[in-house]
Amino acid sequence: MLSEKEIYARLNEVFRDVFDDDGITVNAKTVADDIEDWDSMMHITLIGAVEDEFGVRFKMGEVSTMKNVGEMANIIASRAK
Amino acid sequence: MFYESEYNAYWQDAVFGNDQLDSFRPDLIFIHTSNRNITEMPDIKTTPSGADELLQSQTEHFTVMWEKLREKFGCVIIQNNFEMPLYRLLGNRDAYDHRGGVNFISRLNMKFYEYAQSHENFYINDINYLSASYGLEKWSAPLYWYMYKYALCTEAIPSLAFSVACIVKSVFGKNKKALALDLDNTLWGGVVGDDGVDNLQLGEETAVGQAYREFQLYLKKTRETGVMLTVCSKNDEENALAGLDHPDGLLRPKDFVCIKANWEPKDKNIADTAAELNILPESIVFIDDNPAERAIVSAQLPGVTVPEIGSVEDYVRTIDRSGFFEMTSFSEDDLKRNEMYIANAERAKQQASFENYEDYLLSLEMTAEIKDFEPVYLQRITQLTNKSNQFNLTTRRYTQPEIEEVYAGTDHIRLFGRLTDKFGDNGVVSVVISDQKGKEAHIDLWLMSCRVLKRDMEYAMLDVLVKQCRERGVESIFGYYYPTAKNKMVKELFRDFGFEKISEDSNGSTVWKLSVSNYENKCKVIKINGEE
Repeated sequence: MLSEKEIYARLNEVFRDVFDDDGITVNAKTVADDIEDWDSMMHITLIGAVEDEFGVRFKMGEVSTMKNVGEMANIIASRAK
Repeated sequence: MFYESEYNAYWQDAVFGNDQLDSFRPDLIFIHTSNRNITEMPDIKTTPSGADELLQSQTEHFTVMWEKLREKFGCVIIQNNFEMPLYRLLGNRDAYDHRGGVNFISRLNMKFYEYAQSHENFYINDINYLSASYGLEKWSAPLYWYMYKYALCTEAIPSLAFSVACIVKSVFGKNKKALALDLDNTLWGGVVGDDGVDNLQLGEETAVGQAYREFQLYLKKTRETGVMLTVCSKNDEENALAGLDHPDGLLRPKDFVCIKANWEPKDKNIADTAAELNILPESIVFIDDNPAERAIVSAQLPGVTVPEIGSVEDYVRTIDRSGFFEMTSFSEDDLKRNEMYIANAERAKQQASFENYEDYLLSLEMTAEIKDFEPVYLQRITQLTNKSNQFNLTTRRYTQPEIEEVYAGTDHIRLFGRLTDKFGDNGVVSVVISDQKGKEAHIDLWLMSCRVLKRDMEYAMLDVLVKQCRERGVESIFGYYYPTAKNKMVKELFRDFGFEKISEDSNGSTVWKLSVSNYENKCKVIKINGEE
């Protein structure tokens, strides 16, 4: 079981990498509007990168209802090994 | 520069027009469709004739678009075929029953191929093969369609893009031309100098021997498509030739246009091979099982392509998937290329026995056909404009539609040159396009294939150009030289032709002028157009 702390640390790395911005720090409340380049195209890249990082595959319903990074982290916590 | 249609607007843009697209004037159009773009498929009640009608209407949906695009832009079109459907209502029967989706898509693909076979500048991007090779299950992951409207998973996009890039590269004449092949543990298992011919692994008896034999078969077939084979091996030549005469081998010494079996560094041998064949190192792919040799060649000759070929069972796939030799068009010359280069080697041998170069040229009994463009040669002419780098004054590239435009116009003095000698036909080797403006002719393009360098063919071309200029009332010919990294050999060509330099800019581009009134024919060694 991954700790929440570890999940956020790794998510931070993925976000910084995908958006090429070391200033990014995400938390449970972070949403797309908080990050300048987070548009629909970048979203696809981001989801793929997060999936690869944690070795999980999001289900379609999950991707379409995810409201913020906190929900993403919860799904990862429930599924990642 | 790219222009991308709005999402799913390709058909409307093509058929009804779009101002932005029209003013963009594409050189090339790629239509990325998938089986999601098939608007109607047969169902379980469809009769055989109903399926035929459906096939007809789905085909027409696309042909209407292609015809519009051809008419409006006259440019290269690359069209995806269709990948197989994700489900099969009839199970295995789906493949052969007229109601089956697999059957219908296969037939629709055949319709696309018929169109491709009968229309120039129209190419199929075979996503049916790509998706099979990638794995249809992964390729067509439904989530990507539902969520993002991607008709393939994001991980497969690079292979799709690579496939399109291979077609584009080939259309613009950037294919590789030759393979430089190592021998020991590349064409056969074992080291011929140490193990002896009898102990090499090659042939049907062992698994490893079979793999090498199949690789030789693949190379033999590749050679037949016009790719030149050369040897680049650290070996005594005697041993190399003995290995190539192995009874179970398929490649023989005569299949190679050039054999370098010696103890020189391989980068030197490849550079020499390129020079002998009059091609650039960039046109060569080096195949060697030894990573150290590969590293040296990559470092010393950065232009040469040096794939990581893996072990023998992977050789064929690695080379095949690389798209080095993507065949978008077949010209007669492609099929005869190896023979032509071998004839060249014979000429070189004979040259050594003549004291005087002119005597040698006369002994070749050369005849040239130098005439206005003819439809049958337009494809070859286009190919030459895209791949000639060294003997090319302006390095202007033309697409086939542009060449057709030049051919249709009346203001151009166009020449192709075809050279034959006692060793064989070299095919169309030189092209000149000049633009007539009243009493002036401006040379937009002057190129010659390097396979006929130093044969005085350029003088023969000039003689005919001047003759035609006189007939058309041209008094002065203007020549242009634009320097590139590769065309230094023709920097002073116009001076050699007797032109006078009238200007030079800071880039080294020069403009030259010749008055046709006191020009005297320069070519004395080639019989032109059957005249004495």
